[in-house]
Amino acid sequence: MVEAARRVLSVRDLVVDFVQDTGTIRALDGVSLDLHAGRVLGVVGESGCGKSLTARAVLRLVDRPGRIVSGKVLLDPGAPAQQELTALDPEGEAIRAVRGGRIGLIFQEPMSALSMHYTVGNQIIEAIRAHSGLGKSAARQRAIELLQEVGIPRPETRIDAYPFQLSGGLRQRVGIALALAADPEILIADEPTTALDVTTQAQILALLRRLQRTKGMALMLITHDMGVIAQMADDVAVMYLGKVVEFAPVQQLFAAPRHPYTRALLRSVPNIRAVPRERLATIGGAVPHPESRPTGCAFHPRCPEIIAGRCALEMPPPLPPDQEGASCFHVMPKMMVDA
Amino acid sequence: MTVLEVERLSKSFPIKSGLLQRETGRVRAVQDVSFSIARGETLALVGESGCGKTTVARCILRALPPSSGAIRFSPQEGTTIDLAPLSRSALRPIRRHIQMIFQDPYASLNPRMMVGDIIAEPLLVAGVPLAKRQARVRELLELVGLPPAARTRFPHAFSGGQRQRIGIARALALDPTLVVADEPVSALDVSVQAQIINLLLDLQDRLGLSMLFVAHDLGVVRHVSDRVAVMYVGRIVEVAPTIALYARPRHPYTEALLAAVPKPDPMLRDAAAAPRGEVADPANPPPGCAFHPRCPHAVDRCRVELPELREVAPGNFSACHRAEELTLVGVA
Repeated sequence: MVEAARRVLSVRDLVVDFVQDTGTIRALDGVSLDLHAGRVLGVVGESGCGKSLTARAVLRLVDRPGRIVSGKVLLDPGAPAQQELTALDPEGEAIRAVRGGRIGLIFQEPMSALSMHYTVGNQIIEAIRAHSGLGKSAARQRAIELLQEVGIPRPETRIDAYPFQLSGGLRQRVGIALALAADPEILIADEPTTALDVTTQAQILALLRRLQRTKGMALMLITHDMGVIAQMADDVAVMYLGKVVEFAPVQQLFAAPRHPYTRALLRSVPNIRAVPRERLATIGGAVPHPESRPTGCAFHPRCPEIIAGRCALEMPPPLPPDQEGASCFHVMPKMMVDA
Repeated sequence: MTVLEVERLSKSFPIKSGLLQRETGRVRAVQDVSFSIARGETLALVGESGCGKTTVARCILRALPPSSGAIRFSPQEGTTIDLAPLSRSALRPIRRHIQMIFQDPYASLNPRMMVGDIIAEPLLVAGVPLAKRQARVRELLELVGLPPAARTRFPHAFSGGQRQRIGIARALALDPTLVVADEPVSALDVSVQAQIINLLLDLQDRLGLSMLFVAHDLGVVRHVSDRVAVMYVGRIVEVAPTIALYARPRHPYTEALLAAVPKPDPMLRDAAAAPRGEVADPANPPPGCAFHPRCPHAVDRCRVELPELREVAPGNFSACHRAEELTLVGVA
């Protein structure tokens, strides 16, 4: 179970809809999760499960026609200075101080965070100055330190490079330096290594782990890769069609996955230790479009362990946040199911 | 019997700069690449982006003219043709024997064509009459696990995995001698990826396909290939049977690649260090062995002398000066 690390962010029953002419699509359907200082929460799932959208909703970056319908995102929950991010104006001063300030963001493609038209240094210096009172030359000094910290060779010259002059790996390091500019307590990394080659990925993951540990940050690591989860996460939230369907400490999740979806997902990962020509376990069908969300448990059409007359009709109760378990009729304690 | 034999294949691209676009250098994307594929065999070509694996595939398909080297292809027993020097028109009758499966199932299918027509197009080009085409399309849909009704629908009605099945059906329409698959599962979600990997394995068994499988994911490669060729900065650095390569790599780059794969087991959090530094620039590769600046085993010789690919154990080729003396770590 999660030890008593300080909770720095809570997401509670978050619901996000996309309102379109053809109807309303529920993209997040009651997501709850917690981030703790000094811990890594891995959020894993296939495309369309809502993992990136959860991150965007936390930072109030959901674009139209998307809309947060209900639920709360709390920064420093329970503390006197608790801030309800879901109550803020998404374009206001307060959320801008949080974005890139208290919460740093790392994207899959660092170019989406970096501008082509400014040097690496200008962009990091701007971020430093936006969130601190540092003067120009002090901010430049700090930017060089940051570039050094993320392992960029010759930072005092690279600071004047443009992003397009750097390799993919170096660009992602710059993206990480940018996310660290305001000394955040929380880092949200959305598929930070998906666009990178495997040796570069190993370097960036090692860097993220080192920074997260030395700074005691809470890291929310979003990925589709079970290998990255196994190597990085302390706790894991498995998402499927806009819901967290399983939550567990990482070793527990891999040793004894509870939800049939988690089990199937783990079995379908190609393993570099496999017997050559061995068939993989598969999950029938594909993730349904949120527009045509199945009734009952959203996984039931693909579930090998479906309970006739139940899973297709009733929704398994949602997972209470921060408690290990799975939202599945096979797993819920009997009393809860009968209630 | 050998279906494909590539010998000392090289491909370079000009670097042009300045107002007059004068050639100021050359990127040697592929250099002296040699390998062969036997009938019924799947050879995986692996490496990181920019290593030249896709350029090799494109040269074999003759989507690119090679700069030098031979590409000897045997469409049937007793016939061998070098594709490298052939003109467009001379290539035309051969093309039907080499088919391609693409990475992106969304971009590789014409959205305005019905699935039946997409699959039948290679047959139409080959002059197969209508009745035979229709029968063959039905057969192919069944072969790749799609319902017969898929024939009259458009690609947008299908998920990524189903679209990849359509692409595979099209590639198999003319019973090709060789299939070149360029990252055929890397754009798919894990659960769907597993279905397509299994389909490829079934097709290899049922049809005895010969495949060149270009990929970067060593997990996927382990499942589908009989042998693996590892490329680094335009050259093959190791070729070996799949099990041997993973169990005991004979080139430090292969060792580094295997170590870098995040293992789906939280009990095995690697102390395994990622290789230092970055992939060398193919326009300006380091002297000697291109991997030496990143290699933990490099000695002086590696910095000056280019290692040749040579047989270091039966069936196991390595381009490392120290292949015999090093005991490199693989995965069990």
